[in-house]
Amino acid sequence: MLMTVNQATATSVERNAVVEARQLGLTFQTNDGPVRALSDVNLTINKGEFVSFIGPSGCGKTTFLRVIADLEQPTEGTISINGMTPEQARQARAYGYVFQAAALFPWRTIENNVGLPLEIIGLSKAEQQARIKRTMDLVNLTGFEKKYPWQLSGGMQQRASIARALAFDADLLLMDEPFGALDEIVRDHLNEQLLRLWRQTNKTICFVTHSIPEAVYLSTRIVVMSPRPGRVTDVIESTLPAERPLDIRESPEFLAIAARVRDGLRAGHSYED
Amino acid sequence: MMNSKPSWQVGLALVLCAIAMATMPMLANEAVAPMSSGTTTLVIALIALPAVASFAMFSGLASAAVLFIGAHGAAWLLIANISGNEGMARMPFFLLLAAAWLLAWRCVALLSAIRPLSKQVRTFLRLLIPAIFGAWILIIWEAVTRGAGVPFILLPPPSAIAARIGNSLPILAADVRQTIFKAVLFGYFVGCASGFVVAILADRVPFLRRGLLPIGNMVSALPIIGVAPIMVIWFGFEWQSKAAVVIIMTFFPMLVNTVAGLTASGHMERDLMRTYASNYWQTLFKLRLPAAAPFIFNALKINSTLALIGAIVAEFFGTPIVGMGFRISTEIGRMNVDMVWAEIAVAALAGSVFYGVVALIERATTFWHPSVRGGRA
Repeated sequence: MLMTVNQATATSVERNAVVEARQLGLTFQTNDGPVRALSDVNLTINKGEFVSFIGPSGCGKTTFLRVIADLEQPTEGTISINGMTPEQARQARAYGYVFQAAALFPWRTIENNVGLPLEIIGLSKAEQQARIKRTMDLVNLTGFEKKYPWQLSGGMQQRASIARALAFDADLLLMDEPFGALDEIVRDHLNEQLLRLWRQTNKTICFVTHSIPEAVYLSTRIVVMSPRPGRVTDVIESTLPAERPLDIRESPEFLAIAARVRDGLRAGHSYED
Repeated sequence: MMNSKPSWQVGLALVLCAIAMATMPMLANEAVAPMSSGTTTLVIALIALPAVASFAMFSGLASAAVLFIGAHGAAWLLIANISGNEGMARMPFFLLLAAAWLLAWRCVALLSAIRPLSKQVRTFLRLLIPAIFGAWILIIWEAVTRGAGVPFILLPPPSAIAARIGNSLPILAADVRQTIFKAVLFGYFVGCASGFVVAILADRVPFLRRGLLPIGNMVSALPIIGVAPIMVIWFGFEWQSKAAVVIIMTFFPMLVNTVAGLTASGHMERDLMRTYASNYWQTLFKLRLPAAAPFIFNALKINSTLALIGAIVAEFFGTPIVGMGFRISTEIGRMNVDMVWAEIAVAALAGSVFYGVVALIERATTFWHPSVRGGRA
């Protein structure tokens, strides 16, 4: 069984670590008894990385993201974000979070949705306007400022929710299957845009997905997870260049990485059948 | 097209016309002013000709127009000729009335089937169809009460009620001022506002949620008939005691709906606010209250009618000599049923306007809700 937990590259400079998890575990108390959602997760995510978490449902990839975001509290081990606890990081607005659905407020126009975090932080009106304009540009939504979410397509709604997560300029972007509900073509398009955006802004991105091509195409590092209990089974460094046109997905290099991810996923599953 | 196939309403109307012709005359022999044969023929023609024409017409709109004229012309002639002959109508009179009503029914059915392109026409039709519907309730009421000579005290004809309203405008205005502008509006605003504030408090303080909601439940079960006299003892005969009854009645629907509405926002949206480190009040005002708006407006609409009922009923238990409930209870004692009906009509009108205003504000405020914009979630 493949259980080698690839310890975060020891060579990486400690100060560069954005997320550091040590022996992290989380057990949910449910009516059917305790459920181990995460077990013994050791991971360091460095500044500027694009890390994908991939695995079948119930492998804890979303839970791990929620622990980083302080939406769940770990029951074992430690985790730090920019050297702070998740709670402190959340209070310091250290990250932007993109959910599975756009979760835009239907009573607000797109620009007011994007400006929502800025209102809560309490920025000046002028500063809000400038940032809304900049992030709407970044996700190619200029011209749709006055529309309501329900007047936009699913892909545009999700782009608006990415703009909202970018609006307050946190260095860390947490994305929980943001394109899961979209069709293949829109998804390809948004993947391209996301890569471009990541290069432009130099943010650290944690990206949860269960699509192998998506994970390989986007990431600098792929974390393969397996369920019951949710744990990391493999960490794969991508050898793909930073510049990635869509047809890179047919290159042998790409296919080799995809094959390794698939093997990792299969290994995590093997004991079930 | 829809109008080319014969409709059963028009067919039945023609059958009724035939039976009416066979069982003439329309009025009893003792009638003071018997109907001329010319009038009778005109009524039958007004029903039969449009009925036959509607089979041949190609456009639904044209046949609806012809049916409209025929039905209402016949009804008008029937009612006009009954004056002086109250209680003398025989079967043909009612058969022809029924035939005219069937034509109006067909006319409304045709109008409902029209899918107009322009927005103005659509709005006009949306108002016209219920107007014809309502008019026929009044027409049948008027023709039956007068034609069959229904005792005035049992059910006065609408024309008598309208005349009473016209003659008693100052009294009605004073009653409306007393009951609606004082008791109802004050009680409504205070009741709704306090229900809302307590709902927020119950949301903020778990102890209140556990302790207060069950007690609020009990308050809502208090019988208004029992509470009203006690409020009169506490707050006196003036409108304040009626407002107190309205407050008790409107408080609980607002409390329950607001508490339910505050849980209406999704988990994802609340998680989102948490990732922004948003505090309680920011989340309340930017997420939870807007999401609760459809529930809150529901309570406002329920309360708009409850408040009116509460204030009127409360006036039965001691009041100064003005007010809608007072007028109803005293005039029924004096057998002035037309005045009672006049108050009922005014109350119905005021209640509809009140409800309509709240509903309009709701449409403007919750324009985003799928039920208002008519779209998917």
